[in-house]
Amino acid sequence: MSEHIFRIWRGDSSGGEFVDYKTEVDDGMVVLDVLHRIQTKQAGDMAVRWNCKAGKCGSCGMEINGIPKLACMTRMNNYSQHDVVTVQPLKTFPVIKDLVCDVSWNYEQNLRITPFRPRPAGSDGRYRMMQEDVDRVQEFRKCIECYLCQDVCHVLRDQDRMDRFVGPRYLLRAASLALHPLDVEDRVPAIREQLGSGFCNITRCCTDVCPEHISITDNAIIPLKERVADRYYDPLAWLSRKVVGMIGRSAD
Amino acid sequence: MNTDTAQIQTFEHDVVIVGAGGAGLRAAIECSAQGLDTAVVCKSLLGKAHTVMAEGGAAAALGHTDPRDNWKVHFRDTIRGGKFLNHWRMAELHALHSAERIRELEEWGAVFDRNADGYINQRPFGGHRYSRLAHTGDRTGLEILRTLQDHGVHQGIHVYQECTALRLLKDSDRISGVFGYWLDSGRFVAFKAKAVVLSTGGAGKCWRITSNSWEYTGDGMEMAYTSGAELIDMEFTQFHPTGMVWPLSVRGILVTEGVRGEGGILLNSEGERFMFRYTPDRFREETAASPEEAQRWLEGDKSARRPPELLTRDVVAKAILEEVAEGRGSPHGGAFLDIAGQRDAELIKRKLPSMYHQFRELAEVDITKERMEVGPTLHYMMGGIAVDGETQMTTVSGLFACGECTGGMHGANRLGGNSLSDLLVFGCLAGRGVGVYVSGLADSPQVLPEQIEQARRDAVVPLNRDDGANPYLVHEELQSIMNKDCNIVRTEDGLERAIVELNKLKEKASRVRVSGASQYNPAWHEALSLRSMIVVAEAVAHAALVRQESRGAHTRLDFEGERDEWGKVNVVVRKKSDGSMGVSKVERGTPPDYLASIAYSSLDSLEGGIHV
Repeated sequence: MSEHIFRIWRGDSSGGEFVDYKTEVDDGMVVLDVLHRIQTKQAGDMAVRWNCKAGKCGSCGMEINGIPKLACMTRMNNYSQHDVVTVQPLKTFPVIKDLVCDVSWNYEQNLRITPFRPRPAGSDGRYRMMQEDVDRVQEFRKCIECYLCQDVCHVLRDQDRMDRFVGPRYLLRAASLALHPLDVEDRVPAIREQLGSGFCNITRCCTDVCPEHISITDNAIIPLKERVADRYYDPLAWLSRKVVGMIGRSAD
Repeated sequence: MNTDTAQIQTFEHDVVIVGAGGAGLRAAIECSAQGLDTAVVCKSLLGKAHTVMAEGGAAAALGHTDPRDNWKVHFRDTIRGGKFLNHWRMAELHALHSAERIRELEEWGAVFDRNADGYINQRPFGGHRYSRLAHTGDRTGLEILRTLQDHGVHQGIHVYQECTALRLLKDSDRISGVFGYWLDSGRFVAFKAKAVVLSTGGAGKCWRITSNSWEYTGDGMEMAYTSGAELIDMEFTQFHPTGMVWPLSVRGILVTEGVRGEGGILLNSEGERFMFRYTPDRFREETAASPEEAQRWLEGDKSARRPPELLTRDVVAKAILEEVAEGRGSPHGGAFLDIAGQRDAELIKRKLPSMYHQFRELAEVDITKERMEVGPTLHYMMGGIAVDGETQMTTVSGLFACGECTGGMHGANRLGGNSLSDLLVFGCLAGRGVGVYVSGLADSPQVLPEQIEQARRDAVVPLNRDDGANPYLVHEELQSIMNKDCNIVRTEDGLERAIVELNKLKEKASRVRVSGASQYNPAWHEALSLRSMIVVAEAVAHAALVRQESRGAHTRLDFEGERDEWGKVNVVVRKKSDGSMGVSKVERGTPPDYLASIAYSSLDSLEGGIHV
């Protein structure tokens, strides 16, 4: 057991301040355990959003010593007893109270993505997909929607382009549909125009903070950008599309 | 904060579903498909419900991995796992419909692991005769919940998130809506509805060592009970045999049965693979007799029988407990679970990625090289709200329930993998049941202002008090009572003591005080949840006291073994007119002949397996 100082942001949308709490920490504790101990003993009304406490639901994202992390997966033995542990809400989203933000913008972005549209099932009513063809999509579907990637993305955090760019989480989701072996929707125009894939400048900050270790930038965003580039900036592809398009029309 | 009822925000829908886990979302999708104006009210953010924590898979007799499998074998396994106490019709519908519900998820975008032919792969699990669990690594619950969420949000369903339901509203004996509050603002809200579906999950937070999240406080069970519905089989609380035991701060977190399904074995401190000593007679002919036979099974020999680590959860949990009691436990009071010696590191990381991650991050254990320490953790409630098997309607008109908050389907013990399939099957059936009920209503039930006012007054009491107990500490006391006297093994003395203690605690809980305002105040939330948790805890203790036998997940040291007379009754809990808790034994109906013949038949007659 050791004693630590936690410097926690307390307040709401009208403002707030950091408050220091001196607290005991037991072996094996994670930051979320300490926050719960402070709630029980010192600050009953301190708002913390959490659910599973096992890194599976993505509720307890916050900035711990300036780094976006899940409080339930951040062990206290990362910090020495002399360190003050500073905890504050995700900066990119409006704060509701204490460590809890309003993340509803993310749910609005999800609604903008065209739903999955599968090809018909086989004659036996079943779908066949080989494992190697779904490995990549399964990597994307590990996402627990903790929004740490959204929090750290410069386009959202510093450039404030929430009006034009859906952020890494939803490009990842778009990729999970675009690369889905059964999906037949043409998603390239929307990825460019509605989701704003061009805004990502590949700094890989999202990948760095992903608690599920998904290669968001390299495996999801870059392939989407390549599809957009092939469609809109490759003159040969443009020409062949024109020709195919004309043939398609004349056949109508 | 609202001060008078007239100002309380009110919404109106055909149906309101409380809870947005798999059962609630599947029910919502079905209600919407029937043209009903559908709303979902959930106390966390959408997509965070407890379903995301389900790991191993969803059981369905798809027959992809073993063509001998079919719904009858699944039904037979479920009934035998439930120690013949299951609701016959529910177990039948579950086995009949689960394959269709899983296939439908693929049409909605779910990506399950594939077998060599490209079809949905199936994994072996405890109590299932054949490899039966559709899965996505060890994060199947997330895959299912996200699929339902992403499909559901395009079906015109209204979602009210971080909104906690507190009371059901009734117009004489019919349901007319739900009263609750917004977490972010602390403001109250009322929903007027023709029907309400409860899909609120279990109440694991009554126990200290549990795999459940903070949401699992039995809200739906308590609201249904308070509104006059019946609770059934409450004595059957499932302790999953493998929760983490060290470090203390993660004690109880689930270690999926998939570890054993993929070949993991249990060892005691002497290095003995002890489960071979614990095979019950009923399962002896279907279980490997030696490590050598178990090894052949692991290597795919279809003539070999399943290893004893894959016996039902009640059996494995009690075996670990006994090993610990006899001094052969692991250093922190559990058993060792070893997959490193059975499978290579690559396969472990591919099949069990979140277990690898969880142990590495939280316990500094590399499961590809080292053994895990595991012990029983409260995981699931077989008991819950009694419903009609076909429609999922409770004994209150217009009130429906599905998923873990209901009772009956799993009898005395649930098989792993039958929960994810349960919530899909019965979520869908609840939606259909609501459709039939609503279309048959001659008029809309009315919301009565005095009920809202009473609920509002009850809710604000802890905020307006100058002095009183700390709700977090009262919750800890509740957990101590349940862990001490209403745990895996029970006695009459212990249960009577628990009931006395719970009565005292109820008094204390009615006097808790909460400081601060109502806006996003977790202490206030805790104070309100205590009311539900204590009712559920009392129901469990009373039902456990009444059932004088040991069956499935209910073990009485003073009444060993199953007793025939207790196989013929369910214990039913309902609120009496004087407000006290009524507990009674209710005769079970006899099963239709065709179901009884499946349940008691040999595997030979079902598909030519080993004779029992």
